[in-house]
Amino acid sequence: MKLPNNPLANIPIAALIGLILTTLFVVAAVFAPWIAPYSLSESVGDMWESSSAVHWLGTDNLGRDLFSRLLYGARTTMTIAALATALAFSLGSILGILAAVLGGWADQLMSRTIDLLMSIPTLIFALVVLSVMPSTTIILVLVMGILDSTRVYRIARAVAVDINVQDFVEAARLRGEGRVWIIFREILPNALSPLVAELGLRFIFAVLFLSSLSFLGLGVQPPEADWGSMVRENRQGIVFGVPAALIPAGAIALLAISVNLVADWVLRRTTDLKGGRSG
Amino acid sequence: MNLIVARLIAQRLALGLLLLFAVSILIFVGTMMLPGDVAQAILGQSATDQAVANLRAELGLNDPAWMRYLDWLGGILTGDLGTSLSNGQSIADSLLGRAGNTFFLAFWTALIAVPMAILLGLLAVRYQNRWPDRVISGATLTTISLPDFFIGYLLIYFVAVKLGWFPSVSTVYDGMPFVERMRAIALPAFTLTLIILAHMMRMTRAAILNVMQSAYIETAELKGLGGLKIIWRHAFPNSVAPVINVVMINLAFLVVGVVVIEVIFVYPGMGQYLIDHVAKRDVPVVQACGLIFATVYIGLNLIADVVSILSNPRLRHPK
Repeated sequence: MKLPNNPLANIPIAALIGLILTTLFVVAAVFAPWIAPYSLSESVGDMWESSSAVHWLGTDNLGRDLFSRLLYGARTTMTIAALATALAFSLGSILGILAAVLGGWADQLMSRTIDLLMSIPTLIFALVVLSVMPSTTIILVLVMGILDSTRVYRIARAVAVDINVQDFVEAARLRGEGRVWIIFREILPNALSPLVAELGLRFIFAVLFLSSLSFLGLGVQPPEADWGSMVRENRQGIVFGVPAALIPAGAIALLAISVNLVADWVLRRTTDLKGGRSG
Repeated sequence: MNLIVARLIAQRLALGLLLLFAVSILIFVGTMMLPGDVAQAILGQSATDQAVANLRAELGLNDPAWMRYLDWLGGILTGDLGTSLSNGQSIADSLLGRAGNTFFLAFWTALIAVPMAILLGLLAVRYQNRWPDRVISGATLTTISLPDFFIGYLLIYFVAVKLGWFPSVSTVYDGMPFVERMRAIALPAFTLTLIILAHMMRMTRAAILNVMQSAYIETAELKGLGGLKIIWRHAFPNSVAPVINVVMINLAFLVVGVVVIEVIFVYPGMGQYLIDHVAKRDVPVVQACGLIFATVYIGLNLIADVVSILSNPRLRHPK
């Protein structure tokens, strides 16, 4: 029997499109300063010029080049979203697995705290916190990461409870391994695949969440720009028939759809590998 | 109604109350105990020490935290939400009309979205893996990925500005004629419908599909019953509980999603009020609005739980 050595060999067309677009977004974010024809904040034209050879996507409410700002915005949006997702994952999965391994009152305490945090809508919770804290990058990453870690915690705990009762974990316990070993060497590697499948969805959630906060004026603050704050800056134009705000909003949508397509495919692959339901 | 069901429901209600209590503490502690002085934050760095001290006294910041919390909670339970720091008005008075506007918008959205989601969910199951199902599933996957403001501004740009069918700004005022009011909320209601429809429909589809796999459905098929009849008469009654659950969860989501939508359409509701005052660092308003949103959210989730207890025949008819 020949094992499929190239995972990209029979990739469905939708996932391929998603993968290409996601890669393009990442490239744009990483190389923004080299690709962008203008800088983030220099005013290079009139307000809300339509697209031309000089300004591919036109200019924004202060006459800045929209294409350049879109590239820099990609950087800010994706960096903060990625950091928040990373924090949510490390925090959520480690606490979730810890709860499963410890069991008893520690598990109860952690799980009930998470229930409490999840009983308040995420956006409302973030607004309450941001009303007394400044919207700096660190605060945003912390707030988004901690709030999102509750979702990861739920999944991680559910997966880890199943693994925790398996024979190989029992064997490790009997030969006297410590808790740290059990968590990082026995359970984590086996819990990784369902968690990674969730990664893409959590990243999309972080992108949308950050964009909403910035759109409401409570996320990334000027002079920095992310896609959400760009929508906010240009929203007045919509009423006059200037579609500038639709461009960053569309970029968010396109990024979310691309990552979704890839995540969907990864999710299906993991269930297939495990002999799961989808055929 | 028997004893077991009554006890379960009483338990859920008690748990809900406990949760609300904990949430009120969390909101209070979250806004009061974070690093930095609230009075300083409100007045800004340039404020004189005297001004900060005066504001501290006015806010009662010199009392111990638990006393301020009890004061605040007692006020809320008697309908006094405190006064806004930025304009000195009673929060309860300002909120009354706005909360009405928000629930007006949410009500009409729910009235359109819920039947539509259930109908589309049934259709997707009836034509499972055929083109209607694929179209519906594809469309929902897309709308889930779209930010609320993208849908909102797209509608404003094309439907309101280019076509001029509806106003682009949803102004409503007291004594506005009903038809005018409905015209004003048409676009925000449509945007909200699109946002929750996808999710609700997907979950409805999953709930009914779950039932469709049972043996008694196969019997119905072998008996020669038609597709829609099987779904409507046999599968749907057994998936009512999960579907109502789905609906409630989405309504909870709707009440929160309203925040962003109100800002997009400049609709004078509770969400916009909250956002304005977060920016002004008006802590009492944020606390009051936060608690109201959380209460509605928890309340709807609680109803979902109670309905699923009530509709479980194993609990209704114990052996």
